[in-house]
Amino acid sequence: MLVLDDITILQTDFSLRANLTVAAGERVAILGPSGAGKSTLLALIAGFLAPARGRILWDDQDITALPPGTRPVSILFQDQNLFPHLTVAENVGLGLRKDLRLIQEDHARIATALDRTGLHGMGGRRPGTLSGGQQSRVALARALLRERPLLLLDEPFSALGPALKAEMLDLVAEIADQNGTTVLMVSHDPEDARRIARRTILVAEGTAHPPADTPGLLENPPPALSAYLGTK
Amino acid sequence: MRKSLMIAGLLATTTPFSAVAQDKPVLTIYTYDSFVSEWGPGPAVKAAFEADCGCDLQFVGSGDGAALLARLLIEGADSPADIVLGLDTNLTAEAAASGLFAPHGQAPALDLPVGWSDPLFLPYDWGYFAFVYDKTKVDTVPSDFEALAASDLKIVIQDPRSSTPGLGLLLWVKQAYGEKAGGIWSELADNIVTVTPGWSEAYGLFLNGEADAVLSYTTSPAYHLIAEGDDTKAAMPFDEGHYMQIEVAGKLAASDQPDLTDRFLAFMTTDAFQSVIPETNWMYPAKTPEAGLPEGFGTLVVPGKSLLYPADEARSIRDEALAEWQAALSR
Amino acid sequence: MAGRTQPIIRTLAVGGAPAALLLMLTLGTLVAVFLRADGVGALGPAEWAAIRFTIWQAFLSALFSCVLAIPVARALSRRSFPGRALLIALLGAPFILPVIVAVMGLLAVFGRAGMLNAGLVWLGLPPVSIYGLQGVVLAHVFFNLPLAVRLLLQSWVEIPAERFRLAASLGMGPAEIARYLERPMLRAALPGIFLAIFLICLTSFAVALTLGGGPRATTVELAIYQAFRFDFDLGRAALLGLVQVCLCLAASVLALAITNPSAFGAGLDRQVARWDAAGPWLKAQDVMALALTAVFLLLPLALITLRGLAALPGLPEAVWAAALRSLLVALGSAAVTISLALPLAMAISRASAGAASALETLAMIPLATSSLVLGTGLFLVLRHYADPATLALPVTAAANATLALPFATRILLPSARAVEADYGRLADSLDMTGIGRLRLLTFPRLVGPLRFSAGLAAALSMGDLGVITLFADPQTATLPLQLYRLMAAYRMEDAAGAAVLLLGLSFALFWIIDKGARPDARA
Repeated sequence: MLVLDDITILQTDFSLRANLTVAAGERVAILGPSGAGKSTLLALIAGFLAPARGRILWDDQDITALPPGTRPVSILFQDQNLFPHLTVAENVGLGLRKDLRLIQEDHARIATALDRTGLHGMGGRRPGTLSGGQQSRVALARALLRERPLLLLDEPFSALGPALKAEMLDLVAEIADQNGTTVLMVSHDPEDARRIARRTILVAEGTAHPPADTPGLLENPPPALSAYLGTK
Repeated sequence: MRKSLMIAGLLATTTPFSAVAQDKPVLTIYTYDSFVSEWGPGPAVKAAFEADCGCDLQFVGSGDGAALLARLLIEGADSPADIVLGLDTNLTAEAAASGLFAPHGQAPALDLPVGWSDPLFLPYDWGYFAFVYDKTKVDTVPSDFEALAASDLKIVIQDPRSSTPGLGLLLWVKQAYGEKAGGIWSELADNIVTVTPGWSEAYGLFLNGEADAVLSYTTSPAYHLIAEGDDTKAAMPFDEGHYMQIEVAGKLAASDQPDLTDRFLAFMTTDAFQSVIPETNWMYPAKTPEAGLPEGFGTLVVPGKSLLYPADEARSIRDEALAEWQAALSR
Repeated sequence: MAGRTQPIIRTLAVGGAPAALLLMLTLGTLVAVFLRADGVGALGPAEWAAIRFTIWQAFLSALFSCVLAIPVARALSRRSFPGRALLIALLGAPFILPVIVAVMGLLAVFGRAGMLNAGLVWLGLPPVSIYGLQGVVLAHVFFNLPLAVRLLLQSWVEIPAERFRLAASLGMGPAEIARYLERPMLRAALPGIFLAIFLICLTSFAVALTLGGGPRATTVELAIYQAFRFDFDLGRAALLGLVQVCLCLAASVLALAITNPSAFGAGLDRQVARWDAAGPWLKAQDVMALALTAVFLLLPLALITLRGLAALPGLPEAVWAAALRSLLVALGSAAVTISLALPLAMAISRASAGAASALETLAMIPLATSSLVLGTGLFLVLRHYADPATLALPVTAAANATLALPFATRILLPSARAVEADYGRLADSLDMTGIGRLRLLTFPRLVGPLRFSAGLAAALSMGDLGVITLFADPQTATLPLQLYRLMAAYRMEDAAGAAVLLLGLSFALFWIIDKGARPDARA
């Protein structure tokens, strides 16, 4: 269970408050107008910025002061998810061993992960030679091997076409279900939320609201969200 | 790892500490760098003295005479040096004032053109400053500074602030012309191609054809004659006389090897030391060896008049002379 | 990144050690000299004149070096031709030459008896004199133009290929490319390059004096010399050393204030293709820039080589031994340089803006550190612990590394910043730290600049006479010292041979270490 306990984030001309709970194994979308602080919320949970006030708890443990890499978190960014000088297999292997000193068994696990994400036989290639969808799959394969209980998606699939994006979301959902992973997904597309997230956090007007039922939220949006969605 | 071992090994084999035989006393002599180089007097002097001193002679070279004195003054009384060899008479007043030196107590017969009575410092070689030129390129050789200034000959000199020959030239003009020294410098300004930081740069420029003459020594042509068989270089004899450079050694009061020190200073004016000087330091030995000077030295210009400020006077006059020099050449 | 939890401490740990060492070697030695002094007087009019001349000549030298470097670096960045890599490497050679050798080479071209004047006389024109401010600036440009070109070229090829592709797709011509891509890059890169060259020229002494023509061309470094060895006044020497450091700090603050950090993000590793530079006029312009520069920089080197080549086989054994020692010192110095510069560059790239500026300024101080003050200060401190002669080579390596540090840091910094900006979060989120991060991220992404700076450090060390005089030991002479000794023993021909050996070794060392690190390889 993820708890944001009375959090306040202060930046030069921006602030965000959050006081909410996400249940373990749940998939939650994060929606809201541009610039409201959706990515900031993920950066907070991932450990790239510290709150001015409040605590972050995972399974009742305070992780507020932990450095990013040791948090129970995997994160996929909008871009720069892969190291261009490493091969696909090496990029994925970083999910197992951060120094890439891999043993035979690790290679087998990497191959399995690549298979599961539809990248069979592509381990030797470099990211620059892959399509956008394939690059997303590599990042997902790595997250799979890292086995962190919390997966943060910062619009990693926003550059993909609708069909491909749907496919990737389904893959995320499938993997998350199998592993019991809790997923927080930033999106600007309500369809994404409908597709895989039963509940949604609305970030607007300086507040990250507690998760609410997704269909209900989208059908009866509060004013801030409805302006963003363009609904009446 | 291997590399660092190699470096360590190299250091170990070349540092004096490891070469020191434990039972032998060590005599440490500070001198200028070119004295200890492969091509200077150092190696021969070391071999000759160690042949029967039962000691280990360690030369420590640093820069030139002025750098040497600077180092000694920095170290003060706890300097490891027993002897300092390589100061000239323009530096001895400063050295004596430091109180670091003890009387040498020697009274050897010397072949200097001037009398010598300094109780602290003992000469080992000497020379005359002079402008050296190429006989095949210069037709009319000026006979004094005024004639040089009036000619259109181009010269290279050294900066008195960073070079001992440069300081020698400063005092040469000052002693020859007194009050008029500033005027001479003004007139020389258009003859001076450039002023170099040290002797080597100036001499190199001259040999590469950048100037018709260079400030050096009357003994410089001997090198070209003896080592290269080249007799085209000569020194310009000046009627007003030539300023001398006398190079001296002194013993340090704090030396922990007083006996060896005295022994070396006595050795310094013997043939074994003196016969090395002419063809390594290219200066006149302070005491002419039994066998006389090398043949080429006989062809050298011998000035009719020797100029030299006593050490104290040299020290007190140089700031004024430097100011004149700077003012004249900065215009 | 203001609120990041961990990196502040890591920054301190990573950058702290080299920064502390740097402070000790630069300001610490200065303090050591101050402490040994008997008192400190005020500066006289002669010193103020020296300070004015020093600033003026350094300003002009940096200005000309930077302005001339632009067409050359642009030509190199957008042309490919056989031998380009060799040309780039050769153009760097003057920078790593010992001063005296370079001056002799320049005089063979521009001196009274040089080729230029011989040509002018043959044409019936009046000869020109190199001696004076023009000579000082000419020599400094000769030394530093290669550095400016190389640093600028690095910035040029770091403009992501995607931007050029975008520009081409928008139909941009050379003028628009210059406006939208190149000028912002120059705006970001030039202040730092200008600063580096300005600082190098601040401590010039032998060049300024030899080519300056007389006491008009007195620099602060010469005034330090005078204080040390003419007046035996340590206090004034230290005061003048402090003046140099203050000039350095003032110039650094100014340069940082007008520097716009480059806003180019990451690009994928693709070869830069240029669609805009195909016109014949631009081609001719580039060919001219490259040809003139090559002649200006390489002719003096060729003449040095011709003059000394004959003496090379007959060089005394002592010279070869010195060459071997110099090589070892150079390799040691390169290793020390990298192990200081890399953590420093990483720390700067991760630090908050204020700390980064402070560290960056600190990294530039060695450029304005008088090697005489550095050597004397080290000597004052170390002589209580060991016989200075036994420390000759390690001290030389350490001092040379210190003096090479500003270059290495400046070379590594842009790439270190790029790595941090592009992949820092990813690496953090994967908990890549310590050796693993170094091996898997930092080294592979920085291999080019790392090899370049190591090569430069090694070559600079080869040619440096620096601080050795106080620590010199007759048995451990380095090659430059041996060269001076040959000159002092009238053996000018052997010295010319030793100069060729020095030139050849410096260049070979640089070439071997830097090889494969052409800036247009995967950066």
